[in-house]
Amino acid sequence: MHLAQLNVAHMRAPVDSPELADFVAALDPLNRLAEDAPGFVWRLKGGEGPQDVVEHGYGDHLLINFSVWESRDNLWDYVYRSAHLGLLQRRREWFLRVAEPYSVMWWIPEGHVPSLKEGMGRLEALRAQGPTPEAFTFKQFYDSSEAAWRPAAAEARK
Amino acid sequence: MSSDDLGTVATLHDPVRRAVYEYVISLGREAGRNEVAEAVGVQRTLAAFHLDKLAEAGLLESGFKRLTDRTGPGSGRPAKVYRRARGEWQVSVPARDYRTLALVLAEVVDLLGGDEVAQEAARRVGAGLVAEGEDLGRALSERGYEPYEAEDGLRLRNCPFHVLSMEHPLLVCSVNLALCRGLLEGLGNDSATARLDPRPGECCVVFSKNNEN
Repeated sequence: MHLAQLNVAHMRAPVDSPELADFVAALDPLNRLAEDAPGFVWRLKGGEGPQDVVEHGYGDHLLINFSVWESRDNLWDYVYRSAHLGLLQRRREWFLRVAEPYSVMWWIPEGHVPSLKEGMGRLEALRAQGPTPEAFTFKQFYDSSEAAWRPAAAEARK
Repeated sequence: MSSDDLGTVATLHDPVRRAVYEYVISLGREAGRNEVAEAVGVQRTLAAFHLDKLAEAGLLESGFKRLTDRTGPGSGRPAKVYRRARGEWQVSVPARDYRTLALVLAEVVDLLGGDEVAQEAARRVGAGLVAEGEDLGRALSERGYEPYEAEDGLRLRNCPFHVLSMEHPLLVCSVNLALCRGLLEGLGNDSATARLDPRPGECCVVFSKNNEN
């Protein structure tokens, strides 16, 4: 099983505004860091350009990150034990503080490429029901053996 | 404190065994029996005995690894190697539990969005922990950071706030950085700069030497 992770961030200003310039400049090195990180499997790209962000219909100023990793440790080491941490610590400069969960994880079979709709559905589920084996967080984590991944249910959400 | 923790920590009572343990953790990588014996100055069989006792107690992990580059027939079987185990053991007499309190307070800082205030406080606390003129490496060692010289400066092998950093990584790493900067201030040390450079399995802070001009 592989670990899928989706997180959303509400930008304080449009992505092409001067307020976001430092963040946008960091995107390319950050993405490359992720792609070279141990256990990286896949990420949803916004386009071929190094600073392209994922385009979507889930609201303006919403930045979406979506990736797949071999294990929790691989994802943790990228998020918190790499240069990514420094960017995270500056998050308030660029993103609004939100009270509801903005990051979700779930297990997928190896080789499965999750859709954005599936990911946003998992985030909705986390927000509605709290952490479950189908949608959880680093703090309340479920091992892959506990994950009840149902292909039929995932199909239906596409 | 659980009685198991006391039992585990008590296995370090023997001075040779403690030297063996400290040597292994100082390496930050797997150690073979021969090099441990040589470093501690005991026979290989005695080093092996203590290494296995430490592994049995759970303080070290053991595995098998080829220590030479040779492979294939004639390269011999893999050697038994040891490294620090992941767990942590606490002994306090009488019982004290600062960890739970720290978890509660970290939760509060998170809820209040008080990262910046926490960093300012950490800086002040850090500055007050040390005396001016004290040696940086020594101050860090005393606080459990296990500093070692690396190419890019003084790195720290151990995170003294490990459990909290797993629960609140953003808060704890930024507070730790502020604490380290406070330490430098308190020492009156302006030849080094503390910066964030996290790596898997180590503390997130590195002290780089400032250019002398």
